[in-house]
Amino acid sequence: MANAKLLMTFPVTATSHTLAEYRARGGYGALEKVVRQMTPQQVVTEVTASGIQGRGGAAFPMGRKWGVVHPNDGQPHYLCANADEGEPGTFKDRWILEFAPHLLLESMLIASYALQVRNAFVYIRGEFDGPYRRLAGALEEAYEAGYFGEHVLGTDFACDLVIYRGAGSYVCGEASALITSIEGKRGYPRNRPPRLTVRGLYQKPTVINNVETLSNIAWIINNGGEAFKKVGHAKDPGTRLISISGHVARPGVYEIEIGHPFARFIHEDCGGVIGGRALKGVIPGGISTKVLTGKEIEPLTLDNPSLASAGSSMGSGGMIVIAEGTCMVRLLQVLLRFYHHESCGQCTPCREGMGWLHRIIDRIVAGEGRPEDIERLYQISKWNDGTTICGMGDAAGYATSGILNKFRDEFEYWIEHKRSRFDGTLECPRSS
Amino acid sequence: MQHLIPEFDKLKRRYPAGFESSLVLPCLRRIQEDRGYVASEDIDGLVDYLGVPRIQIEEVLSFYGQFRRKPIGRCHVQACRNISCSLLGAERILDHLKERLGIAPGETTPDGRFTLSTVECLAACGTAPVLMVNDTYHESMTPEKVDALLRSVP
Repeated sequence: MANAKLLMTFPVTATSHTLAEYRARGGYGALEKVVRQMTPQQVVTEVTASGIQGRGGAAFPMGRKWGVVHPNDGQPHYLCANADEGEPGTFKDRWILEFAPHLLLESMLIASYALQVRNAFVYIRGEFDGPYRRLAGALEEAYEAGYFGEHVLGTDFACDLVIYRGAGSYVCGEASALITSIEGKRGYPRNRPPRLTVRGLYQKPTVINNVETLSNIAWIINNGGEAFKKVGHAKDPGTRLISISGHVARPGVYEIEIGHPFARFIHEDCGGVIGGRALKGVIPGGISTKVLTGKEIEPLTLDNPSLASAGSSMGSGGMIVIAEGTCMVRLLQVLLRFYHHESCGQCTPCREGMGWLHRIIDRIVAGEGRPEDIERLYQISKWNDGTTICGMGDAAGYATSGILNKFRDEFEYWIEHKRSRFDGTLECPRSS
Repeated sequence: MQHLIPEFDKLKRRYPAGFESSLVLPCLRRIQEDRGYVASEDIDGLVDYLGVPRIQIEEVLSFYGQFRRKPIGRCHVQACRNISCSLLGAERILDHLKERLGIAPGETTPDGRFTLSTVECLAACGTAPVLMVNDTYHESMTPEKVDALLRSVP
């Protein structure tokens, strides 16, 4: 199947997000099938057979996450869609929330049926006002049509859904921080074990999946797990929504079949670098994945095994294109300011380390860098790796060492000459 | 906040039993929407209403970037300056805003019309640079579009 589309299967119009049009496209058919013909265990088996991996960044197999939840263990289970899309460069879940909200809701109903969830949640970032309104409108339509509530489609299956709005915190996109946030507290990540599927929201088994991951469920039910497995890469099946931005001619959200050639995606599908400039680098999946140079991407394909061979990953699908002539010292400065700002402050290596990294890069840019600063950046990155409760400390370290490994000369140049090797700006005007 | 209690009661019914603590964020969001910020008396009211410790509400208010304890200008301009926006001129847009408004990020104009802030990634990277004005995204911004936007504010 070349360039299969599983999610972006319809032309977006002013009304394509409505229940009427979703149903005209066959929407809620998978839910009908599930509640009338399948047992919860059959749904879990189908989803597990699909081999789908999480689309939020960690690429954890969905079936393995679900498999931990025991049916009939006599306690409530919760399901939460992670719509706290905040990894810089990532805006693909926003596409689903705005243009296919019923696809997410139907998929969540199916997941709730499979996991015997009575109360499901969507945790949506506080800044998403437009997407929230779209989703809230869709939920209201779905309630009126009898898809939610006491007797879903007249059966004994009952499910309610609450859309929970965040209030401005990057770390709440981390699953355990998200749960703590839904409990009405500071979004502090929690130590594992216990896994969230054992003790999550209010200490009950909780499954948290990314919006895009969940949205594939309707297709998997309609077409079968085996059919899903035939799409994309053998070890990383399906499609991915890639949101591409930065110095690229045609930014936006694209659905690609996993395993699509990387260079073709950038240079043909997305029109290459703006102004016809050379490609300096690409951050493939949100800023927490390691940067790849324009040359490095040439033999690669867009799937986790291929990107792992180059030391990076598909991450959250937030791709950032960097044109030749862009100052990587300034670029790292932006990233480190962000990590410093967003550290929740719970773990010492991250709370202090992010501040140190930020101050060192600021010092370099101010022309006061010292020759030993590069090694210091490396060392602080290493101190963070694996020593914090959540992955944010590691991620900041990966971003830092990833840029230093490939563009070390630019840092040395700035420290020595007290200015950028280039003009020091990050901007590449659209008109150039 | 007392006048919002009927609304909070309605909200509470959508949550499972025992989820009172979860209402902290939605109630604070609603209070801020109503008053423009969260006042001390709102915290007192919420402590009574939800039965949660006062420290929990204080912690939430200081943790989440969107909550405010003080009033701000009528028009809150938040400029993203994360990576994708910076790659397409966010720094120039922010400089332009500072110059036009005569204030730095974190400040409010003396007439109380505008507050300027910087903000981290808003997930609108494909239409960078982006501003969030009150609750609305303004995308693919240029200095000209910024001028038109500022003129449109009463």
